[in-house]
Amino acid sequence: MDVNFDLTVVWAFIIAFGIFAYVVMDGFDLGIGILFPSFKVGEGRNRAMNSIAPVWDGNETWLVLGGGGLFAAFPLAYAVILPATYPLIVAMLLGLVFRGVAFEFRWRDPRHRPFWDLAFASGSFVAALTQGMTLGAILQGIEVSGRAYAGSWWDWLTPYTLLTGLGVVAGYALLGATWLIWKLDGPPQDHAYKVARRAAVATLVLLVAVSLYTPLLDEDYWRRWFEMPSVLFAAQVPLLTAILAYLLFRALARRHEATPFWISLGIFLLGMAGLGVSMWPYVVPDQITIWDAAAPERSQVFMLVGVALTLPLIIAYTGWAYWVFRGKVGHEGYH
Amino acid sequence: MLDTADVLLLARIQFAFTVSFHFIFPAFSIGLASYLAVLEGLWLRTGKALYLDLFRYWLKIFAVAFAMGVVSGIVMSYQFGTNWAVFSDRAGPVIGPLMAYEVLTAFFLEAGFLGVMLFGMERVGRKLHFAATCMVAGGTFVSAFWILSVNSWMQTPTGYVMGANGQFLPGESWIDVIFNPSFPYRLLHTVTAAYLTTAFAVGAVGAWHLLRDRTNLHARKMFSMAMWMAALVAPVQILLGDAHGLNTLEHQPVKVMAMEGHYRSHPEGAPLILFGIPNSKEKRVDYALEVPKLSSLILKHDLDAPLKGLDTVPDEDEPPVGVVFWAFRVMVGLGFAMLGIGLWSLVARSRGKLYEWAWLHRAALVMGPSGFVAVIAGWITTEVGRQPWTIYGLLRTADSASPLDAPAVAASLLAFIVVYFAVFSVGTWYILRLMNKPPHPHESGAGQAPIRTAGITPGPAQRGAAPGEE
Ligand code: HDD
Ligand code: HEM
Ligand code: HEM
Repeated sequence: MDVNFDLTVVWAFIIAFGIFAYVVMDGFDLGIGILFPSFKVGEGRNRAMNSIAPVWDGNETWLVLGGGGLFAAFPLAYAVILPATYPLIVAMLLGLVFRGVAFEFRWRDPRHRPFWDLAFASGSFVAALTQGMTLGAILQGIEVSGRAYAGSWWDWLTPYTLLTGLGVVAGYALLGATWLIWKLDGPPQDHAYKVARRAAVATLVLLVAVSLYTPLLDEDYWRRWFEMPSVLFAAQVPLLTAILAYLLFRALARRHEATPFWISLGIFLLGMAGLGVSMWPYVVPDQITIWDAAAPERSQVFMLVGVALTLPLIIAYTGWAYWVFRGKVGHEGYH
Repeated sequence: MLDTADVLLLARIQFAFTVSFHFIFPAFSIGLASYLAVLEGLWLRTGKALYLDLFRYWLKIFAVAFAMGVVSGIVMSYQFGTNWAVFSDRAGPVIGPLMAYEVLTAFFLEAGFLGVMLFGMERVGRKLHFAATCMVAGGTFVSAFWILSVNSWMQTPTGYVMGANGQFLPGESWIDVIFNPSFPYRLLHTVTAAYLTTAFAVGAVGAWHLLRDRTNLHARKMFSMAMWMAALVAPVQILLGDAHGLNTLEHQPVKVMAMEGHYRSHPEGAPLILFGIPNSKEKRVDYALEVPKLSSLILKHDLDAPLKGLDTVPDEDEPPVGVVFWAFRVMVGLGFAMLGIGLWSLVARSRGKLYEWAWLHRAALVMGPSGFVAVIAGWITTEVGRQPWTIYGLLRTADSASPLDAPAVAASLLAFIVVYFAVFSVGTWYILRLMNKPPHPHESGAGQAPIRTAGITPGPAQRGAAPGEE
């Protein structure tokens, strides 16, 4: 029992790590897609695209790890959440289809490039929006009976989920813009500074709105955020966020190149911590805890061996791939 | 209104549709990745620019096919939860870890080295670049390993115990789960299928350019390589298919009855039905063209061996015979046609006419898509033949589905059909356009502006360059 307890927690953290890795890495890819229409046709767009062309596939793989990991470590959660958010998931997948093929297709067919640019942008937008809405749908609660979803197919659509959806869109746009500041120079970089400031404002406004709305959804959330003693811990999250927000605007104003991206990452990390405060130890709030949903110990151990052996390697060669393509995306390409 | 049975049917159509589309791309990229590794290896060893040109020619095609494989694959990894939630909940503890291993050992490997493979030649040097190509090729194989293990476990489940809550739980040893009885056969047969599929696609492109210009050295080389594959691998594939069939007879005899169209038992030697029209209502094959006792010979290696038929199986446990029967014949027929091309090419080669015989080139051109058709037909045989079970003999398809409202599934199915046909047709069109360009010396690389994605903002001098090259 003891061992099992620990392993389940370990697995919850591994999945959380996978989701976080996905959110930041594909987050800046999708953010670039969201901002794509605002970049000038030609050099601006091409260089923005090239800054992620060699790495986007690896970034998206973390989504497969998130989904596959959930399936393997918490099959019940996977089996309840996906039917509950069915239309969102399908829309996200189709959005990812469009943005994924656009990387290749826009270079193959200059005549239809405007169309594939649009597909890239709208696919990215839809994927970001639906990911945020899925998160909101989980937070606002899912109807469960027995071991299955018991609601109807529109339950996920509420003002709250729209808000969380837009929040994620804005957040990804911030990540994308700060990534581009780092990878570009000249006029496209100036443009990235401009949109980064706007995206930062939008992100923070929406973050505050979601944070105020969430405790109103459910008494339990209220207790976690506003009552002693948990408030002592919980209050650190908004406090640190405020500090980071200040640092972000300062870095943007001073035209730092790499720091805005890292600070934005920090803001996402705090968002994740806030999520932890609200949800722990549930995967489906008030219904299914991580222990209810956990796969048996034998499955957990088997996978843990795999993770322990491969994850360091994955991080190493992913880091190497980023290193190979380091530096500014030049005018004359990578050589 | 639609009822549960319709929801189930829609969900099945959606799964079959999306996985069939997905598999078309891996079938090509598993083979193509290895072909690219071979080409690059030959270039490094011999230093001949010809190989580098071919490598670059196929790399561009690979990039497009791979992107489509990735996006359609991501859809698959979520389909289990969206459409088959009960199945996911119950089988998750056993097959979930295998799929997690696929992500950890295969998908990250492919994706991590893909960027370097496509765009990194000038950045990392030849040796390291070759290593990246090999990693991608290895990744595609490892991916096939895990996913086919999962699929095989669903066909021939072993190594599990039943949990009190209805879940399948892993038993004593994971080896029993991973190396379930049908897995080795399915792995070999499918990976070989991917190689053949690629060989025939490459061969058709070579043939197409030979028909236009017999002296094109690049076209000659790719045609010759492809024909070696056809001649050597097609017979191997037929032997593997035979072995696979015997394995299926042992573990899923009902599937074989459907493949063979054996509605009746044959106590003294069963005939091989070459063609005919399965008539499930009357439980017989109409207009059957049969060879007496041959089926017993193939399956039991004995002319008079008795074979049981579907009359020994309760109706509710029978798969749809017509689909299985026909899909199987399509696959086997194409397998023999491939063998025919391979032998023909050997004759041509032995007479020094490999690049002269236009009819051979025309035939190879027509057979270009044959691998794709054969793999899909093979999978339809396998998967439809498993019905009515998702986990053979243990969990019925009807009991596996998610509790979804019919309009949700209908709408998503429609969306998948529209988007897939639109997007993947366009992608296929781009691939065909690339294939239509003759391979030539100084082939531009995937990473060289302005043709391609890679780092690749065109430099000023190149910006307007090479129209048709884009
Ligand atoms: C990992 C497991 C897995 C793999 C590798 C495949 N399938 Fe499958 N297939 C399933 C897991 C599955 C499933 C989840 O078990 C389904 C859904 C419903 C069902 O009956 O089985 C299924 C159903 C299913 C059906 C519907 C059968 C019917 O309803 O009568 C078809 C036609 C295919 N598949 C075709 C394919 C093709 C062309 C594949 C080649 C890539 C393939 N499957 C690989
Ligand atoms: C239902 C079953 C399947 C699922 C859930 C699935 C899942 C996936 C996913 C998520 C990807 C994208 C990986 C990435 O992000 O890089 C992918 C790609 C791939 N899959 Fe599948 N897959 C299935 C069936 C198959 C089968 C049957 C094979 C081979 C025998 C296969 C071989 C591959 C390969 C080689 C790739 C790399 C991309 C490519 O080559 O086009 N998959 N698959
Ligand atoms: C003529 C020789 C062939 C024979 C006798 C043969 C036999 C079989 C059999 C018996 C199955 C069903 C296995 C099951 O019940 O699970 C199968 C499946 C399959 N076949 Fe073939 N096959 C042949 C040729 C081919 C060719 C030429 C290809 C493709 C290039 C191919 C691709 C496949 C695939 C992808 C599957 C599904 C995966 C599997 O279960 O192995 N086969 N084959």
